[in-house]
Amino acid sequence: MSEQKAPLLQMRNIKKDFFGNQVLTDINLELEAGQVLGLVGENGAGKSTLMKILFGATDITATGGYGGDILLDGEKVSFSSPFDAIAAGIGMVHQEFSLIPGFEAEENIVLNREPKKKNLLSEIFGERLDTLDRKAMDETAVKAIEKMGVNIDRHMVISSMPVGHKQFTEIARELSKDQLRLLILDEPTAVLTEREAEALLDSIRGMSARGISVIFITHRLQEILSVCDTVAVMRDGVLVEKVPAKQTSVQEITHWMVGRNVDGGKKAAAVQQTVNDNAKTALKIEKLWVDMPGETVRNVSLEVKEGEILGIGGLAGQGKLGIPNGIMGLYEAGGRVEFEGQEIPLNSPRKCLDSSFAFVSEDRRGVGLLLDESLEWNVAFPAMQIQNKFLKSYLGGLIKWRDDDAIRSVTEKYIDELKIKCTGSKQNARELSGGNQQKICLAKAFALEPRVLFVSEPTRGIDVGAKALVLDALKKFNRENGVTVVMVSSELEELRSTCDRIAIVSGGRISGILPASSSVEDFGELMLNNVI
Amino acid sequence: MNTKKDKTASVDWGSILRQASVPIMFIIICAICIPISGLSANMLVNEIVTRMGRNSFLILSLLIPIMAGMGLNFGMTLGAMAAEIALILVSDWQIVGIPGMVLAVIVSIPISILLGIFCGKILNEAKGREMITSYIMSFFVNGIYQLVVLYLMGSIIPIKHTSIKLPRGYGIRNTVSLLGMRQKLDNLLAINIAGVKIPVLTFIIIGLLCLFIVWFRRTKLGQDMRAVGQDMEVARDAGINVERTRIISIVMSTVLAGIGMVIYLQNMGNIATYSAHSQIGMFCIAALLVGGASVDRASIGNVFLGVILFHTMFIVAPRAGAYITGDSMIGEYFRVFVSYAVITVALIMYETNKRRMRSAAGQQLAAAQEAEEASAKGGEQA
Repeated sequence: MSEQKAPLLQMRNIKKDFFGNQVLTDINLELEAGQVLGLVGENGAGKSTLMKILFGATDITATGGYGGDILLDGEKVSFSSPFDAIAAGIGMVHQEFSLIPGFEAEENIVLNREPKKKNLLSEIFGERLDTLDRKAMDETAVKAIEKMGVNIDRHMVISSMPVGHKQFTEIARELSKDQLRLLILDEPTAVLTEREAEALLDSIRGMSARGISVIFITHRLQEILSVCDTVAVMRDGVLVEKVPAKQTSVQEITHWMVGRNVDGGKKAAAVQQTVNDNAKTALKIEKLWVDMPGETVRNVSLEVKEGEILGIGGLAGQGKLGIPNGIMGLYEAGGRVEFEGQEIPLNSPRKCLDSSFAFVSEDRRGVGLLLDESLEWNVAFPAMQIQNKFLKSYLGGLIKWRDDDAIRSVTEKYIDELKIKCTGSKQNARELSGGNQQKICLAKAFALEPRVLFVSEPTRGIDVGAKALVLDALKKFNRENGVTVVMVSSELEELRSTCDRIAIVSGGRISGILPASSSVEDFGELMLNNVI
Repeated sequence: MNTKKDKTASVDWGSILRQASVPIMFIIICAICIPISGLSANMLVNEIVTRMGRNSFLILSLLIPIMAGMGLNFGMTLGAMAAEIALILVSDWQIVGIPGMVLAVIVSIPISILLGIFCGKILNEAKGREMITSYIMSFFVNGIYQLVVLYLMGSIIPIKHTSIKLPRGYGIRNTVSLLGMRQKLDNLLAINIAGVKIPVLTFIIIGLLCLFIVWFRRTKLGQDMRAVGQDMEVARDAGINVERTRIISIVMSTVLAGIGMVIYLQNMGNIATYSAHSQIGMFCIAALLVGGASVDRASIGNVFLGVILFHTMFIVAPRAGAYITGDSMIGEYFRVFVSYAVITVALIMYETNKRRMRSAAGQQLAAAQEAEEASAKGGEQA
């Protein structure tokens, strides 16, 4: 029947840039009614941006819209908000739950689309005073749950549900919309147990049989192969491959996902290996758990050798950010951390800093910088606060004055060394570009002269030139001062070119530690191991 | 393993006890004070019934903003002020009895709605800080109220009767007598059971409001309010107009507080023009909290339990204090002190509960890890 008809969804030459930073380039996709499309790619490959464009997300329109056309049934559409997309029959299940915690599943399924009954007061005061038709609500919910094919208790309150059932409630909500023709599932199996994931795959097959098209985003490649008609692989904002699922394999897809300039990576890695295997252990982490929302860490044990750069990699949301944040006391953590045989108390940032740890946070505008203070202050403040540096003492330490000269000279030294583009050491941190702000964060940590430096996503959101500079500065700091560095990054290439060893975190646990010279495929495999 | 189970069980008991701690404390205070005060049972019951009729409607007006997640509405004072303005006007027009009350309610409603919209809009700018904002708002609007009552009434707003007006020709006297309305509502259909006067009609009206609140929870608007109260972002994503819903909840609360204030003042029989409203919000909120409500949860049952316990203490504490120390001021001091203390305790408990919930997630992680290790060990041995 679909031979003559235009396909349900066509995306033509979709382009998107965020302030000149190209994130999507000429994406072309087609989807027939009832087809299941698997969309895979590393973090930052552009999957979510593409789906946001399709779903009319407001942060797309707010950042200048997108290029190219989206066609539904051969007709061009342009959604200014998700509500338009929903009206056109597109549904999306997000990674974060969008559920009211104190409501029953049923109430959430029909949220703001409740069947209503008229009454006297609503005739006078308008339809918002209509009473809810509980019986009709029940029917709608039962029908949607039936359609989904996975049984959940529709009267259970969301907050007491296991996480998988919350996911199913969301899916049931989308299915309860009569106009639904295309369902986008953004990593729905991430929170499901194996059996629940199986049930979901069956449910997807059911939807497809009913003529509902599904775009299925997941990191579990086996699922893609078992349920999808077509697999589309994205990398760096480009659609690199689009093949029928029957004609490919997990190895092939992994290769497409991560396989970029494999040679370059090897060359960079070959320079490494400056720390010999007999170096003593500087930092010992045992049974660490961290309750960082979205980055939960479970039972991590790690040893960091003196003077090495240890990389921590993995997919977003798997817990790699939780490790430094937990050790430095920014999120509640438990377990045992030892530095040179001394136990470092957890949940106390001050104690960590006192034992000469330093942390460059991934949240540089929130945690990293005093945005409305001068660069001098930003660089010197922690050192002044924690180590009494840059202070002149009078009256035997009774009165301490800031040593402004020392502060200026150290700031200027780092501005020079890190090539920070600014009008001078008195400029406010807010006025700098992202890359230069990141360099200030590093300078701040360097000024503390730490023994162990944690760096979290040091190159996130900065351009290529600045990236190289930041990484070089880190390496230089490590080499020249013998500082142990733990670097967390979602960019594998960056880790491979900077670190000695790389630990891959997956599902909140360490799934393996490999020397940086190992092949990209090996890392890719570890990343996708026990993904949650 | 066993010890941990015991711990979780005791934590459950602990949380129940914590939630009921305020009512339990008040039951104890009342149980101690009642015999000391030397009041007869008949007199005590009479007083409590009177105060239930006087205050319940006002306290019920607090329930809707709590449902919408806006916390304790200190801004209910705004409705009280609207009611006072309406009552001053109606008594100047010399309309007495039930018709006067009805007219006062009718006059108060548009003023309440305007003030409610104003308050709601400001609270929308201060999401998450509704309570402190509405508290300060009540002081601000009190200033406007004084401007109206002290300078505009008699000069711009016509006031005829000299018994209401200040001798200088404009402004309202410190007390306005409501003799023509005094307990007219309470006495209509009143019955007397064993020497206890029961204001049946007042209770019927309170009962109707309770029914309305129960019914309202089942309406679309009520459902939207509960959704907004629990998660504004999710509600917004579902297409609910969050801002408007929140404003409506404050408007409803203000209007109901206005009606409640008319009932309150008809029972008192006079208006203390410049102070009647000043502590009404405080006492109503304290009573609700004494009934076991919290910042994010309150029921009709909390209202009635709270009225009974809080006002029992109000009645017996001064007398008990006078009996023990020979000074009746000590009891007066005690009840004001206790109202502030109750509100403070409730706010602290709300925050600690939130923190407890957060660290509970961490404890769960640690426990899961331990369990995993234990099972791994078991596996090895096998």
